[in-house]
Amino acid sequence: MKLAYWMYAGPAHIGTLRIASSFKNVHAIMHAPLGDDYFNVMRSMLERERNFTPVTASIVDRNVLARGSQEKVVDNITRKDAEEHPDLIVLTPTCTSSILQEDLNNFVERASIEAKADVMLADVNHYRVNELQAADRTLDQIVQYYINKARRRGELPTSKTEKPSVNIIGSSTLGFHNQHDCTELKRLMADLNITVNAVIPEGASVHELKNLPRAWFNLVPYRELGLMTARYLEQEFEMPYVDITPMGVVETARCIRKIQQVINAQGADVDYEGFIENQTLYVSQAAWFSRSIDCQNLTGKKAVVFGDNTHAAAMTKILAREMGIHVVWAGTYCKYDADWFREQVSEYCDEVIISDDNGAIGDAIARVEPSAIFGTQMERHVGKRLNIPCGVIAAPIHIQNFPIGYKPFLGYEGTNQVADLVYNSFTLGMEDHLLEIFGGHDTKEVITKGISADSDLSWNKEAQAELNKVPGFVRGKVKRNTEKFARDRGLSEITLEVMYAAKEAVGA
Amino acid sequence: MSVAQTEALNFECETGNYHTFCPISCVAWLYQKIEDSFFLVIGTKTCGYFLQNAMGVMIFAEPRYAMAELEEGDISAQLNDYDELKRLCEQIKRDRNPSVIVWIGTCTTEIIKMDLEGLAPKLESEIGIPIVVARANGLDYAFTQGEDTVLAAMAVRCPDKAPEAEKNDRNAIQKLLHFGKKKEEVAQEESEYVDHPPLVLFGSLPDPVVTQLTLELKKQGIKVSGWLPAKRYTELPVLEEGYYVAGVNPFLSRTATTLMRRRKCKLIGAPFPIGPDGSRAWIEKICSVFGVTPQGLEEREAQIWASLEDYLQLIRGKSVFFMGDNLLEISLARFLIRCGMTVPEIGIPYMDKRYQAAELALLEKTCQEMGVSLPKIVEKPDNYNQIQRIKDLQPDLVITGMAHANPLEARGINTKWSVEFTFAQIHGFTNARDILELVTRPLRRNNNLKDLGWEKLVKEEAKV
Repeated sequence: MKLAYWMYAGPAHIGTLRIASSFKNVHAIMHAPLGDDYFNVMRSMLERERNFTPVTASIVDRNVLARGSQEKVVDNITRKDAEEHPDLIVLTPTCTSSILQEDLNNFVERASIEAKADVMLADVNHYRVNELQAADRTLDQIVQYYINKARRRGELPTSKTEKPSVNIIGSSTLGFHNQHDCTELKRLMADLNITVNAVIPEGASVHELKNLPRAWFNLVPYRELGLMTARYLEQEFEMPYVDITPMGVVETARCIRKIQQVINAQGADVDYEGFIENQTLYVSQAAWFSRSIDCQNLTGKKAVVFGDNTHAAAMTKILAREMGIHVVWAGTYCKYDADWFREQVSEYCDEVIISDDNGAIGDAIARVEPSAIFGTQMERHVGKRLNIPCGVIAAPIHIQNFPIGYKPFLGYEGTNQVADLVYNSFTLGMEDHLLEIFGGHDTKEVITKGISADSDLSWNKEAQAELNKVPGFVRGKVKRNTEKFARDRGLSEITLEVMYAAKEAVGA
Repeated sequence: MSVAQTEALNFECETGNYHTFCPISCVAWLYQKIEDSFFLVIGTKTCGYFLQNAMGVMIFAEPRYAMAELEEGDISAQLNDYDELKRLCEQIKRDRNPSVIVWIGTCTTEIIKMDLEGLAPKLESEIGIPIVVARANGLDYAFTQGEDTVLAAMAVRCPDKAPEAEKNDRNAIQKLLHFGKKKEEVAQEESEYVDHPPLVLFGSLPDPVVTQLTLELKKQGIKVSGWLPAKRYTELPVLEEGYYVAGVNPFLSRTATTLMRRRKCKLIGAPFPIGPDGSRAWIEKICSVFGVTPQGLEEREAQIWASLEDYLQLIRGKSVFFMGDNLLEISLARFLIRCGMTVPEIGIPYMDKRYQAAELALLEKTCQEMGVSLPKIVEKPDNYNQIQRIKDLQPDLVITGMAHANPLEARGINTKWSVEFTFAQIHGFTNARDILELVTRPLRRNNNLKDLGWEKLVKEEAKV
């Protein structure tokens, strides 16, 4: 048992469902007790999704426990098949129902006989892997399934596309700024004259998967999701992949150069140096920001970085290399892939921390007292308590990570967004000096507290205590309304009864 | 609409695939209510991520709430449950020193048959902190019933006799009401009450609402001896055999049964104090049990209704469909029908017809008096089928769980989250307006936007 207050990555089934519901016309059936299907709430609320989330929980209750779930699960699969005509139905248990050790594979086989859709069981160990690993695995499983199916039917394409082309692998629902990143990557590919052959899983149809081998290479922007699929495709079809996250000016350039190398090796003759130089020096504002007088004041400021592998590593490099900020420590919660992270960031920070214990991370922040934190929502929370600003750079996702406006982290527009985030996280420029000299803007002491001195009304102790229970942001309003009510009625003392009567009268 | 007076309420059990929150969500409000408590949810990552993400409570609750995350070794019984729980509870004692640790059992502890009730007494005597065990699992319960499991477990822990010395000041509400008063004043105040057997109320409400309902009964000369739960675990009410108890929430049937069977208390079965009609009926019922003739209740109800008029104008004649989520559905539907709305369907995860008998009777009576059809009550509804019915019925408002709200709004259907009624202050006369504030908000919002012509925001007719 582990005492846990917070989790950086969700349970495995969340990863599986993120993949399944990213695809078009794929339905997921959860074999789970009531309440375990909160994925639907997350997707509907966080992504403000307009469509019903294609996930149905086949509920495990006492009845099902007593009789076994086969009939119910099979019924639910065939029912969804008839109702929604999905191309694929993915069955997944949760941590809880996986303990029942029911033969879900057998349910899938039974249901496949009747269902028109393909039916598969997500093959994930719910106690050994987390959301990120499960997502990677499920995507790989679905791709393999459809490649094999096409191969059996002799439908696999035998040739590449005429012009250089790419599969972008890893953009998914409930991913950190994934939609915006995906748009930005498509724009980048268009600028490089590379055709996007497929984007998976977000918005893709499973029928397209057989065409993946037509692309010249795979681009895997996120370390956590897509690598297994890319490796599988490399092994099966000798497709090269590029797994450099194009985040920050330097890494975006490195990613583009790698793409150039990969497609030139297949017979293209492209030279992206001019494009990189133009973007870096004149289009992206990030490189200019690095040289601007504003950023001068960042020199040597201390920051800490924490997040998933992709974002924490990229952010560490940006801060250290592109902005001259001193990264005291950089950390990741992706313990399963710690070696990679160490190798990526060691030379850019004093210390590397690998942990998924939010308490330990909070202590590590308090210990070094950085000027800014770049972390997850949890570190933002820690920062609030320590009065240290925090820019959020990684999942776990929060509604704030689904902005309406365009805010990618990847590509050249991503470099601008990241520069803004960094800039806004520190106090800078003249403001910094003013704060140092004068100790802040609002130095006036608050003279009166609570009941204003000129009030002709007295609040008795109970009412005063009650008033203090009212949340601060409406307390003033409640007080004003109550006093107005009392004054209108010629009451001089405010008691609990008066307070409630006032509330009823004005609906305050 | 024609009304058959002989019509009876129609119950249906769809046993479908429906969504509600997991009952462990009760920690979100109970840890705040019981200020000296610590809640330990013994479950998997799935449970923890739910509380963190869907409920969004973990980050704020950090000091008084945690997960005992079961790992592979726990599931396969390689580790000793007792030793593991002891290690965690000792750490909690060291870090927070709560007055009580509430173990929240989950589906997983049910399935692996972890004997929490067996382990607790031994551990409790070893670490010197009471441990209350509640099985708030999704195999047996829905959403708000989690509170029911906790209160039922706490009911057993209520003292059966107050120590003489403390007798006068153990009750926190009485203390609050007597705050700063001299002894004589207190004695004089005691005489404001009629002589009746002790009454304990059960159900977790925010402190201001506790005070409001206590005062409402005081106006009738009825003294509330205590609340289950109290603000602090150490202030749990005394429950002697023969005490009267009354519930304020419709989802507390287990607690009611425990109070009757284990504590030999007498249950006052009343409609719930939600809406002015329900509040009046609740007070009247309590009065009638104690032989008190209620004073001024009719006027009070009328006065509240009058103050609601601006909101009533917005909803009169409109229809509301309850998909079913938090078991407050019957009470809310009854109140909204009294407001002049019609209700074609009340979905509800679980329907205890005995505990809710008075509420159901009031619902029936309300429908007859308002001249509207009785709603169809669908237990364990199938959300997919409900959405088909919503498409056909085109109700003016759907009260629904969070998973369906945005998709319905995108299809031009007004929605309100049912969970808001769980967290808002809705009980008693004073808060009737707050219910209508919530109910009318989507209508008012969409009225504000209606000239824009942005009603359906999905392209093809949804394949729901």
